Amino acid sequence: MPGDPTNRGAPPPVNIGRLKLTDFRNYLSLAVDLSPGAVVLTGDNGAGKTNLLEAVSLLSPGRGLRRAAYAEIARDGAKGGFVVHAHVEGAQGEADIGTGAGTADPDAEGSLRKVRINGAPARSADEMLEWLRVMWLTPAMDGLFTGPAADRRRFLDRLVLTIDPAHGRRALDYEKAMRGRNRLLADGSRNDGWFDAIETQMAETGAAIAAARFEMVRLLKAMIERTPEEGPFPRADLALSGVLEAGLASGAAIDAEEDFRRRLAEGRERDRAAGRTLEGPHRSDLLVRHRPKDMPAELCSTGEQKALLVGLVLSHARLTGELSGMAPILLLDEIAAHFDHRRRAALFGILDDLGCQVFMTGTERELFSAIEGRAQFLTVSAGAVSAG
Amino acid sequence: MSKRIVGPEIERLIQLLAKVPGLGPRSARRAALHLIKKKEQLLGPLTVAMGDALDTVRVCSTCGNVDTSDPCTICTDPRRDEATIIVVEDVADLWALERAGAMNARYHVLGGTLSPLDGVGPDDLNIRSLVDRVARGGVNELILAVNATVEGQTTAHYITDQLDGLGVKITRLAHGVPVGGELDYLDEGTLSAALKARTVF
Ligand SMILES: Nc1ncnc2c1ncn2[C@@H]1O[C@H](COP(=O)(O)OP(=O)(O)OP(=O)(O)O)[C@@H](O)[C@H]1O
Ligand SMILES: [Mg+2]
Ligand SMILES: [Zn+2]
Repeated sequence: MPGDPTNRGAPPPVNIGRLKLTDFRNYLSLAVDLSPGAVVLTGDNGAGKTNLLEAVSLLSPGRGLRRAAYAEIARDGAKGGFVVHAHVEGAQGEADIGTGAGTADPDAEGSLRKVRINGAPARSADEMLEWLRVMWLTPAMDGLFTGPAADRRRFLDRLVLTIDPAHGRRALDYEKAMRGRNRLLADGSRNDGWFDAIETQMAETGAAIAAARFEMVRLLKAMIERTPEEGPFPRADLALSGVLEAGLASGAAIDAEEDFRRRLAEGRERDRAAGRTLEGPHRSDLLVRHRPKDMPAELCSTGEQKALLVGLVLSHARLTGELSGMAPILLLDEIAAHFDHRRRAALFGILDDLGCQVFMTGTERELFSAIEGRAQFLTVSAGAVSAG
Repeated sequence: MSKRIVGPEIERLIQLLAKVPGLGPRSARRAALHLIKKKEQLLGPLTVAMGDALDTVRVCSTCGNVDTSDPCTICTDPRRDEATIIVVEDVADLWALERAGAMNARYHVLGGTLSPLDGVGPDDLNIRSLVDRVARGGVNELILAVNATVEGQTTAHYITDQLDGLGVKITRLAHGVPVGGELDYLDEGTLSAALKARTVF
């Protein structure tokens, strides 16, 4: 990760100029021209607003904002899989990015998603991060602070990946090594040399994961300090819990790695009894506190939690822009629902200032009256999108 | 059901050719047609060549390479440096390194990588034979040219551990083999650069 954020103003925005969907959920075929800045999608329940955001979220590695199976995304009744195509205009010029999956092709590895950039197949989905960064906030994340740690960990890793494209690879490598170890545990293997070899890989990749999380949180905290104290969204205090992360807080990464390796070796009997690896970065958590109230986020009111989360995502968007040189694309699903008029106006102001292309949805256009004339308004209806 | 257009012998030929890497059903049909059109010049000699290969191909009991003699051509080549062994995952990697022509050494083919999820353990790989080979003496350097994948690196670590105390210098390919990159697909320049810049493990 590059150095600390500096105050050098908004980075060049990255926009999707044109978006095309084929057999994507309730869209048979869609082609829509998009403007930089705010894009507001309104329409009735079930019209396809979230689906459109989901399509954009697939322009980043991973399974998108619903984490759905690709076969589920492909339109019911479609013969093949889905396709998302975007013309991206950004700092490095223009790019055509196409991605698709979910074909019924028997020998296609079902879980694999194909990505093409400027007509050539991408080596991995991570290559999309060279062109754009996408981050999202959906109503499904409203329970992030009260829900299971796994959700926060996934959120945390998404925050890291958006800034540090190598994070996805690390996570996959760690996961693979750990699943191998779990298999050895389940098989009752006593081959210490084999355990040693796998645990060395787990320690190496695990330490890299923890270090990247630690660094992102450090930078995000610094960014949060730069937001006004009396802003519309409360400042968050962040901390990480986890064996490796705790070690990083107090010492060097290499010690944390060695320490984790030792703990894995010593924990074999315990893990054998449990049938899985009980300690590691796959068990870490992101701890968030509401600073003005000096209270853990999970004890705050629904509205307070939402405001905290929005503040976090906005600070992260600014950080992403400064570190990657690309203002991220933000997907804010039903963002206006929880907020009063004053806070909504403040949110629009911050988004304006960030210079991001931001997709916002809502059932009522009135929720966005504060940006009439300053945003592209699109109406979504039964899998079709029209202006106005 | 589509109508049959060729007899079962040709149909079978197409089906088998379609299993060859790089050939799908379409190109298998084209290849089959080409073969039967060039019956005398191609199909005949190919049949003989395949029969000969079938009769003679064997796995080298020294290094795990596949060849038509045991020990293999590489193991019996007197011009190769006996003191240096390059450890590879697969014969394809051996061929890739040989194409790059970077080293004049011997090889040891593991036949895969350690992978609990695929049920591949140390006994399924040519690790024991490697340890024995080193223990017999005469080997100064072992170059672990395994892929930079989790499995490749786990295997490299395991082998290093097994060779502990045998007094052999163990090196591995320096950066240049990208993470997840498979040796076989690397271009030759990258490979020789990686070999030259190897580091002590
Ligand atoms: N694979 C699919 N094929 C066809 N239709 C689908 C598929 N998956 C989901 N849908 C449909 O897409 C419709 C639109 O969903 P979406 O979540 O985008 O609505 P929305 O506009 O966000 O509505 P709300 O305001 O209620 O959030 C739903 O009615 C759903 O049944
Ligand atoms: Mg919705
Ligand atoms: Zn041989």
